[in-house]
Amino acid sequence: MTEALQTHYKINPASNETGYKSYEAGSFTFKRDEYFISISWPKGAHTMAADAFMRAMMRTVAWGFFYGTLSYDPVFGTTNHYGIVDMFAGTYHPVFKENGRDHLEKFKAEDLLELFRDLVDDWTNEGYDPFAAPGENDAGQPWGRKNGNNADAVTRIRVTANRMVGLPGDAEIRTDRNGYPQNRMFADVSSDQPLVEIEPGFEDEVAAFNLYDYLSRSDVTWNPSVCSVVKESLFCPTSEEFILPVEHGNDRCEWFVQLSDEITWEVKDKETGKPRSRIVMRAGDVACMPADIRHQGYSPKRSMLLVWENASPRIPDMILSGEAPVVAVQF
Amino acid sequence: MADYKTVFGGLNDFTPGGVDAIDDNPKNYVFSNVFDVASRSAPYERVAVGKNLEYVMEAIRAEGQSPWYACAHDEFALCMDGEVEIHLVKPDDADSPVDPDSEGATVLDEAPDGRKMGRIVLRRGHQALLPGGAAYRFEAGAPSVILTQTIAGPATVERWAEICHSESLSAN
Repeated sequence: MTEALQTHYKINPASNETGYKSYEAGSFTFKRDEYFISISWPKGAHTMAADAFMRAMMRTVAWGFFYGTLSYDPVFGTTNHYGIVDMFAGTYHPVFKENGRDHLEKFKAEDLLELFRDLVDDWTNEGYDPFAAPGENDAGQPWGRKNGNNADAVTRIRVTANRMVGLPGDAEIRTDRNGYPQNRMFADVSSDQPLVEIEPGFEDEVAAFNLYDYLSRSDVTWNPSVCSVVKESLFCPTSEEFILPVEHGNDRCEWFVQLSDEITWEVKDKETGKPRSRIVMRAGDVACMPADIRHQGYSPKRSMLLVWENASPRIPDMILSGEAPVVAVQF
Repeated sequence: MADYKTVFGGLNDFTPGGVDAIDDNPKNYVFSNVFDVASRSAPYERVAVGKNLEYVMEAIRAEGQSPWYACAHDEFALCMDGEVEIHLVKPDDADSPVDPDSEGATVLDEAPDGRKMGRIVLRRGHQALLPGGAAYRFEAGAPSVILTQTIAGPATVERWAEICHSESLSAN
């Protein structure tokens, strides 16, 4: 592990052969060809399929490194320390660790994010949408030599309501008119709206919206968006289809409410990656991911998942000091 | 080929999953089901189904008329089954009926004096703001289910051992 903050960032010119740029951050290098991404560091190298890497990198950028650890696969990933980010290879893989082949460097989050934004833009070809599930008609293909880009897809802004979606001046509801048709797998979801009768003077306080219709119109998968806020308690519902592109390693307890359909979660030990549990969640189910695990979800049909976060920046330190629990509730 | 069918479940129509613990304690996941909890609750018991330090999610069986509640901060109500009416009132006294620094919902002994703010009718999937500083009351003609986003307060009921799965799926 290198404790010093890395300051080396470099974007290399496009390859004459593939048309893709290559990238350097600290001593990590990133290159892509028609099918694969190659990551190298001083003590090793790693290869990933371009589709899996791009879906994971898209979330990394969209979520701003999110909470805790984003493992692209058992070898490579990032850990968010909120302002500072670890980028690692093999750090949470027992065999890499045992053989001294692991590597970790620290970066200023915003600087690394800027490099990754450029990478996502350059490595996303025309028509390919790394936010889409592979079965969607407009998902496109990630393969091949450099062929245009898809800036509209990769620069989507993650919705973050200040109070609640639909309130005056807050995040807008989604409709056909503003470019959000229902997804093919949610065509049977009712678009009726709640009855809201407001007395004069209370227009900013009496409000309701159809959350299920809102989610049925999401044009992205695995992208939790803040829809309602109670201080640091954030309801972040999301629509899910296919596989969560990362194994998410928790630095706090994270709750799930399955609003529709079914997701299966593979849960592993955060440090070693050893299997711990397999969780099946169906409509109405509630479960908490403890702070010492990593999890990855599988959603065979597009489903609605309510992700509930406590966004307090103090929690990781509270857990380390024992002030906050690793398991949310003891019974 | 059949059209896709979205499964939402309901008070009389739920099939919980569960935890298949491989090398783990199933209790670590605090696994429950909102409809299951509501099906075994008295009307308007606010049963915590999620807790993250001071914050909670509560499952409520809405049936008939609820007491009046007041809360100093914003809360939210998501209707997960049935139909629920919400009446909102702005109390005349800004410091009453609850301490402005208090957390969670408080049951009021009687209807508060104040201005009517409005009325909302939620059906499945609809979410409403319960604005901080207001008083509110639920009403449901038939058993319905609400999930709240709030902070643990005097009205919150915690009975985790009764509502959560404690055995692995593989043990059944």
